[in-house]
Amino acid sequence: MSTVDLGIPSVRPQHASPSSNLRGEQSFPDAARDELGNEVLRGNLRHATATINGKRASAVREVRDWQKLRNAGSALKWQVTDHLPELLEQLEESVTAAGGVVHWARDGDEAGEIITRLALERGAEEVLKVKSMATQEIDLNETLAHAGIRAIESDLAELIVQLAEDTPSHILVPAIHRNRAQIREIFLAAMPDLDPSITDDPPELADAARRFLREKFLDMPGSVAISGANFAVADTGTLVVVESEGNGRMCLTLPKTLISVVGIEKIIPSFQDLEVFLQLLPRSSTGERMNPYTTLFSGVTPGDGPEEFHLVLLDNGRSAVLEDPEGRSALHCIRCSACLNVCPVYTRTGGHAYGSTYPGPIGAILSPQMTGMDGPDDPNTSLPYASSLCGACYDVCPVKIDIPKILVHLRAEDVDQRRETKGEYHGTWDMAMKGASKLMSSPRAYDAAVRSAGPLSKVLPGANIGKLPGILPLVPGWTDHRDLPKPGQSFRSWWDAREKDAAMQPGSDDDATAPGAGPASSTTEEQS
Amino acid sequence: MRISLMTTCLVDVMTPDVARATVTLLERLGHQVVFDKRQTCCGQMHTNTGYYSEAAPVVRSFVDTYEPALESIDAIVMPSGSCAGCVREQHQLVAQHEEDSELEERAAAVSAKTYELSELLVDVLKVTDVGAYFPHSVTYHPTCHSMRVLKVGARPVKLLRGVEGIEVRNLPESDTCCGFGGTFSVKNDATSDAMVTDKAANVVSTGAEFVVAGDSSCLMNIGGKLRRIDAAPRSIHLAQVLASTREEPFLPSETILGRAS
Amino acid sequence: MSEWADQRPAHTPGMSAKDEILARVRAALDVPRRDEITEAQDVPRAYQRADDKQEISTDRAKVRDVLVQRLEDYTAVVHRTTFDGAPAAIAAALGEAARVIVPPGVPASWTDDLDPEVTRDDGTLSPRGLDAIDAVLTGCHTAIALTGTIVLRGDDLGGRRAVSLVPDHHVVVVEAEQVVLGVPKGIERMGTDPGAAWTMISGPSATSDIELSRVEGVHGPRRLDVVLIEPAPEPTPEQDTDPRAQEQTA
Repeated sequence: MSTVDLGIPSVRPQHASPSSNLRGEQSFPDAARDELGNEVLRGNLRHATATINGKRASAVREVRDWQKLRNAGSALKWQVTDHLPELLEQLEESVTAAGGVVHWARDGDEAGEIITRLALERGAEEVLKVKSMATQEIDLNETLAHAGIRAIESDLAELIVQLAEDTPSHILVPAIHRNRAQIREIFLAAMPDLDPSITDDPPELADAARRFLREKFLDMPGSVAISGANFAVADTGTLVVVESEGNGRMCLTLPKTLISVVGIEKIIPSFQDLEVFLQLLPRSSTGERMNPYTTLFSGVTPGDGPEEFHLVLLDNGRSAVLEDPEGRSALHCIRCSACLNVCPVYTRTGGHAYGSTYPGPIGAILSPQMTGMDGPDDPNTSLPYASSLCGACYDVCPVKIDIPKILVHLRAEDVDQRRETKGEYHGTWDMAMKGASKLMSSPRAYDAAVRSAGPLSKVLPGANIGKLPGILPLVPGWTDHRDLPKPGQSFRSWWDAREKDAAMQPGSDDDATAPGAGPASSTTEEQS
Repeated sequence: MRISLMTTCLVDVMTPDVARATVTLLERLGHQVVFDKRQTCCGQMHTNTGYYSEAAPVVRSFVDTYEPALESIDAIVMPSGSCAGCVREQHQLVAQHEEDSELEERAAAVSAKTYELSELLVDVLKVTDVGAYFPHSVTYHPTCHSMRVLKVGARPVKLLRGVEGIEVRNLPESDTCCGFGGTFSVKNDATSDAMVTDKAANVVSTGAEFVVAGDSSCLMNIGGKLRRIDAAPRSIHLAQVLASTREEPFLPSETILGRAS
Repeated sequence: MSEWADQRPAHTPGMSAKDEILARVRAALDVPRRDEITEAQDVPRAYQRADDKQEISTDRAKVRDVLVQRLEDYTAVVHRTTFDGAPAAIAAALGEAARVIVPPGVPASWTDDLDPEVTRDDGTLSPRGLDAIDAVLTGCHTAIALTGTIVLRGDDLGGRRAVSLVPDHHVVVVEAEQVVLGVPKGIERMGTDPGAAWTMISGPSATSDIELSRVEGVHGPRRLDVVLIEPAPEPTPEQDTDPRAQEQTA
């Protein structure tokens, strides 16, 4: 600590480093348009997400107290965000007491520097990695490569992505956009020893990955492995890594040095709380009652596993997310990916369209908050709009993050930001919305406008409106793809006509069986 | 009962027969329908697009229209799940954004008497057989906001099952969004199109003559796609099915959600 | 590069990363949220009470049936046996294995009559050495029935973690009193020694990474055999099967 008295430094929450993989090049609508043109991708996603949704649904149906578990999971995550500073300090203490070393990284660059230094000090030329969203987020492999260290992904899907020089498109299954035939091609191109007679049968492909990585695992003693963690238990300093393949166990057990990169929001208060999350996560994630392997370790255990353990606690924009009380629950995410799999947008565009490590509905609220939305041209400003607000994501979220509500809240932030910036509030949408607001809050003007819509639309041919030229603002977005009913007589005009008829034929109303029914209900007198 | 009809802006202009059918149905059931011409819109389009400050005057206008009449009416009905959902869930958010606690309170009072059509029929009017006749095959799309915001559940299906002559067919992937999403359909038109294309294909696969739902917006989207691809099924609002009788059967016109008069 | 991509987050001079992160978080939390702050006691634990009740009232034999069914669901091979039958069941589970490694605390009765060459782990065998071994035989700490989960503690019975990981075939012995119904009870038992090296195993290693369909057998042991030692069919006074008594002694 510096001994210089700085008074009360005006430290503010900060967004993620620009070097992070949290922002794409294109706005969502543009990126999505490209991805939607890929029929193979659409087919792969459709097949994979339909499979997982079915599995999840039956795994969840089996648990009678599922909603109670969700309530507990949500409350625990609120407890964590409400008490984050204390819990972080407690975690540091307990990890240190268990023989671990805790590092703090304000952003992705700082985390990269810490990890690179640790690896170089240990003479590592190659490090093995367990799938970790945090290291993907901070682009760690690239940082290590600059320092001459090769990072090898040991998770099957990450390996597929790495060998294809691709980027992940899903939180749980980074290679979800690839089908078995494509994976076979990738393996054949990247694994020189692979027998070309290998088929695209998934067990054969999994076996190829096993053989490819086996030697690396067995040579790990003396080396460095890098992982993330699903949970960091504050009161015991226990890190929990949930996985399926065993590559996690290998990396957490066999190397001399283990470095875990963990976002500051991954904390859970107590060891007991695992009883909630270890029920919520596997069923939501892979749709299993329990994932094949879960490793829990606290610091170092003499004679068992790594001799050195380093925990890197990462902010990188998380404090900025925390600053918005309406949006901060995005940090409650336990990365199960259930929201991606049920999202009608994600399942059609895939993950790359979101441009961030975190795709899908959760990504659409997390990425823009981590990076900030920097004006209308920032691709991340388009993310909160990448949803039809259907609400399927909220229904499946194991910790009940109200994603649709936060999406709308972030849209409002974007609009407000623009409104408050002089000269920015002039786009087509801004003008249209302002105009509509004015009209819709002036009953008389609105009444006149509604009555004129029918007569005005008479100039258009046909019963419905077909494709329109792009000269009109906004409407072609609709009519490019579907017909629009052509307004005829408005309801209110019909109502008036009916009232008039009834007034001219008193007592002739057939509906008069109902007390007071029909035209007697005129509310003209209420107008004024 | 004295029921105030909030048609929703979209129905008033684009699919007026849905409101007419709502009137026909409620009057047939012996209720008095009133229509306040000061009504404009619930403000959902502005709210969901993030224009809270622009939504506020619209919400205020909505509350100004209905709050003074709360004493004299038994319920406000909206033939739309998403608009009723906006009144119930979002008016308070808009008021909070504007830091207008008076508006928040008044909006809550209006919201407490506001129902989506199937809610009104089943919960308030306690009826599932409305005496309708509709000798056609239909498939039901449970629009997202009816299903997830209002949680109308089986109410619309119960009402459909009470219709004489109807055949209700299961819609594959029925709980997947049709891709409307308000301004989403224009801002993310390519993605929206991919969604409605799949929805239309699912509707076609049922072989039903009609796809029924409780939201004109979603029906306009699905129906618009069906027309564009020259598919046979028509979209029809639940109110139009329930208003149909032997004496005055519903016959579709060429216009989406329109009725041949 | 566009404007938004240039701004590196500010670091406060003279402040450690830890202090700065904590200060950022405190500043962020200064913006109050609409609802009440959640304290530990506010967390609704209704789920757990339900499970506890079920835990005590469920017949122990039924709980074991559930365990067996769930283990088999994920393609583990289960051998149900009694105390006396255990050695033979273990031998059967090890099958063709020629070399077997066991943690130092595995009861001698499990290994005495085995044909394969048995190595008692002394912590010296390297991963390559372990790779040359055909099978590993361990005990366990807890088995969770509803999820089909075997919990190993890195002790003399569960072994150091590399031992139960590298060999391709894992035979694990589960004793009846180690079986609990649900995850909460399992975590409660693990919570008595939270700092231990724990491994929870549910079936053989698997992946869902290819088109999200589950494939068994990746890096961890590809074969998992579970030998479940149950009370002998004729109840004897010494073997109390009252679940309450067992939970308390556990």
